[in-house]
Amino acid sequence: MRIVFKTDYMQDIRPWKDGFQLSLYLILLAIAVAAPYLLDIFYLGELTNVLIWAIAGLGLMVLTGHTGQASLGHAAFLAIGCYSNVILIEQGVPFIIAFPLAGLLTGVIGATIAIPALRLHGIYLAIFTLALSILMDDVIVLSEPITGGVAGKYIAGVDLLGLTIDRWGTPILFYWLTLAITVIVTLGYINLLRTSLGRSFIAVRDSEVSAQAMGVDIAKTKTVSFGLSCMVTGWAGALMGLYSGAFNNETFSVVISIQLLMMIVIGGLGSIHGAFFGAVVIGFLPQFLSIAKENVSAVFGGGSVAIPGLEFGIFGMILILFILFEPMGLYGRWLKIRTFFELFPFYRKDMFKRQKSYLKTERLR
Amino acid sequence: MENLQLLISGLANGCVYGLIALGFVLIYKATEAVNFAQGDFMMLGAFVTIGLTNTEYMGLPFMVALPISIGLMALLGYLLDRFVIRQMFGESQVAVVILTISLGFVIRFVAGLIWGHNPQTLQNPLAGKDLNFGGLVLGMEDVAVIIVTVLLTTVLFAFFNRTKLGLAMQASSQNQLAAYYMGIPVKRVQGFIWALAGAVACIAGILFAAKGAVDPNTGLLGIKAFAAAVIGGFGSLPGALMGGLIVGVIEPFASRYIAAGYSQVAPYALLLAVLVFRPHGLFSQVRVKKV
Repeated sequence: MRIVFKTDYMQDIRPWKDGFQLSLYLILLAIAVAAPYLLDIFYLGELTNVLIWAIAGLGLMVLTGHTGQASLGHAAFLAIGCYSNVILIEQGVPFIIAFPLAGLLTGVIGATIAIPALRLHGIYLAIFTLALSILMDDVIVLSEPITGGVAGKYIAGVDLLGLTIDRWGTPILFYWLTLAITVIVTLGYINLLRTSLGRSFIAVRDSEVSAQAMGVDIAKTKTVSFGLSCMVTGWAGALMGLYSGAFNNETFSVVISIQLLMMIVIGGLGSIHGAFFGAVVIGFLPQFLSIAKENVSAVFGGGSVAIPGLEFGIFGMILILFILFEPMGLYGRWLKIRTFFELFPFYRKDMFKRQKSYLKTERLR
Repeated sequence: MENLQLLISGLANGCVYGLIALGFVLIYKATEAVNFAQGDFMMLGAFVTIGLTNTEYMGLPFMVALPISIGLMALLGYLLDRFVIRQMFGESQVAVVILTISLGFVIRFVAGLIWGHNPQTLQNPLAGKDLNFGGLVLGMEDVAVIIVTVLLTTVLFAFFNRTKLGLAMQASSQNQLAAYYMGIPVKRVQGFIWALAGAVACIAGILFAAKGAVDPNTGLLGIKAFAAAVIGGFGSLPGALMGGLIVGVIEPFASRYIAAGYSQVAPYALLLAVLVFRPHGLFSQVRVKKV
């Protein structure tokens, strides 16, 4: 077991615990940068997809994991980010300006929507955002002159500092772009959690009443959280648009919203790691299933029978098992395993046991 | 006349929404959890009944199949509570929401495996019969839907407000710990309410399948019923029915009088408006939280 010997108060708020932890993450980053030379093009594309999902997961994590506001409508913000990015580029705005602008725009729209949504909490907010996500589909169809409606929009590649970045033409450059954005967003997230704003997010999540008593402006905190969350989600949406190359009103359906929320639950709510773990599960599950199905049909015959809804059925079952047996998600499981080895003979079974709680109504006092 | 016709068909549709919403509200009222899989329960109930009655499956007489399928769905509701939902006892609402959404995925998958993905209708004795009131044509199914819904809502309303068990359910949702102290078997009460919700979902499913076709994705109708429950105010049984009727009536009128493309937006736009201006529904039960 490593014991960090603290000699300075700054050590408590440093983003990393000690040099060992920092070097582990630097090695991870180096491997990620070198990935194009280690993987073939297909898996590189899948990895890019995972990173994009991770960015979207980080966006939702701010809101759901750290501020405690469940949103079932983040696909709407993915759509806003994606469409505004492409529309700006079509208007001749260079990518390097259009991309941040798309995120900012999504953030502003998100914060504006948050103002009426502030009066809602818990389940009502989830419903509000769910309705938003359903409406987004129709809004895109109705504003056809701008969005292209059902026919959708296409984007081939973008120019960044003289380089053409294209999902199919230059997948390696596209991967590095995604990786750079992921790293920037993650660093920003880590820093956010060290600021008073980030701490007030967590205070609001744990108890609104106590946060208010401690002088946290709940309305402002929630609005800012919503805005930041939507901004990051907007960036993820813009990248998704570039990744898929073509999209229309059905690309960002309610199902994507639900998938996004489930992803961060599987990964582990309230941790940055969780967004990445969840993205890996979401990104590789379809591939894993199709490979598994091939193997099964090779053994039992039957050829490649398409079972509609299989992916979602399996996904639902995984999620049910997680919520029942590992509510802290993959990251929680990892923490337990790590603690087991760090404390080796002294780990006890109920070290991470949750405190028993009893539910009280939100209706009536 | 045309408007009246629209109104009647809207009311019949609204009753189905109202019945699903009733299932939401039952569970919410008694356990403070929201069952996002209620729409899928309804779909499953419809398919179980189809499996029992339709000639290409088991071909039982309609009146025999009816209680069996309602009983089966009630049993399923109870078992789900016993083995899945009860593990979540005292956990946050959002965790339960995610759990029930994924349950819905699983139910849809299983139903698709068993009954396939083609739309099917329920063969029932009322099919194809009409009532004619001086030019106003009513399908017998529509009439049956309206009658059953009103009856069911009245009975459930009386049950919650008049009987000891109903009061125990309300008490156990308002404060689990205090309910324990009062000697209420909170867990058993929860199991009972899930069984009841399963039965109500099955009735809704039967009515829906008698009126039109069901396929595994019909469960997504639950979202519309959800809007209904919220518009009426979660936690109020008459509110749920009212919300269902409002959504049901708005739909045909919107598609008749508003330009195509805008009409399907109407229920959700109404939902957003209600949430913004009356956040806890028309029949609100929420008070400000004080310390």
